[in-house]
Amino acid sequence: MNLWKEFSKGFVKENPVFIMALGLCPTLAVTSSVTNAIGMGLAATFVLTCSNVIISLIKDLIPSKIRIPCFIVVIASFVTIVDLVMNAYTPEVHKSLGLFIPLIVVNCIILGRAEAFASKNKVLPSILDGLGMGLGFTLALVVIGSIREVLGAGQWLGMNVMPLAYIKSPMLVAILAPGAFIIMGLLMGLINIVNKGK
Amino acid sequence: MSFITQIFTLAVFAVFVNNFVLSKFLGLCPYIGVSKKIDSALGMGMAVIFVMTMASTFTWLIQQYLLIPYNLEYLQTIAFILTIASLVQLVEMVIQKTAPSLYKALGVFLPLITTNCAVLGVSILNIQEDYNFLGAILNGLFSGMGFTLVLVLMAGLRERLDKAEVPEAMKGMPIAFVIAGCMALAFLGFSGLNF
Repeated sequence: MNLWKEFSKGFVKENPVFIMALGLCPTLAVTSSVTNAIGMGLAATFVLTCSNVIISLIKDLIPSKIRIPCFIVVIASFVTIVDLVMNAYTPEVHKSLGLFIPLIVVNCIILGRAEAFASKNKVLPSILDGLGMGLGFTLALVVIGSIREVLGAGQWLGMNVMPLAYIKSPMLVAILAPGAFIIMGLLMGLINIVNKGK
Repeated sequence: MSFITQIFTLAVFAVFVNNFVLSKFLGLCPYIGVSKKIDSALGMGMAVIFVMTMASTFTWLIQQYLLIPYNLEYLQTIAFILTIASLVQLVEMVIQKTAPSLYKALGVFLPLITTNCAVLGVSILNIQEDYNFLGAILNGLFSGMGFTLVLVLMAGLRERLDKAEVPEAMKGMPIAFVIAGCMALAFLGFSGLNF
């Protein structure tokens, strides 16, 4: 069950956001709603999986001295694809993610996996690693996004989940910038406690 | 509005109101990672100011005189990241040859900056916001200053924090995030500014 391990490690054990603290900028910036979180997560998953495939295919052709620029070009190409596709099919999500779609290029999770995993492994494990890490990233975004949207707007995926009185005057700070930092900090603290307990 | 006022407004907005770290969430990795000591925070900040100004200049020129005339705007992401990566490499080599003491201070931070999303972010924002050439350069400069300001403030807070009694689970990164949140709250106070 080695392949299953490659796939599932990204969810909890090596979760890129909570455990390894990678890719923090998009994590905090796009999680003001669950929709954005899912959009960002899936876009990054696509880029991560595809770039892992290409890099594991061409890893023997790249001289090791210029491998980082090569990886960045591969990643940037897939980011451009995602950017154009999202602009065409999901213009609203594209608009609210805005700047952060081109910035997937400099998301350290993707370059990190390319360097640490895809450049050393065969295609199949690399696909699974990319998918697992990408979904782990999505999971983390959705968790943070859910907390922020429920607290800050009383909604989840646009549906009202809190009493009407709460929706009229929600804890607005949760969807503003400070809330993102504080909730992230508290979540990381909580995970530390859980990990200690094991 | 006179020229000086315009520059002043741009500066205040870039440093305080739309602070890169606290309101746009750009450059968080170095903000959390390199803010343990004031010295290194200052070094990192200076390197970022330098690279952001240079990157704003070059990416603006590339966009206006290369990508737009040949209808290649869709290559923006690739073109910009390559420009920034080679620029950082070039700057590193030039500084190493011409100013060894500066290289000693900034050297370790330069390679990290390629993957700092603040640099690519400011380049793309300059294009999106339709700045002219001078505006783009100044925006890069002031945004870098804003980044440095909060980075150094954060480093100061965290040096104090080492001596504070923080609950075991919150030590290190979690408490840094909570503090960043408090700083963001304070900076939110600037958002009503109007000129």
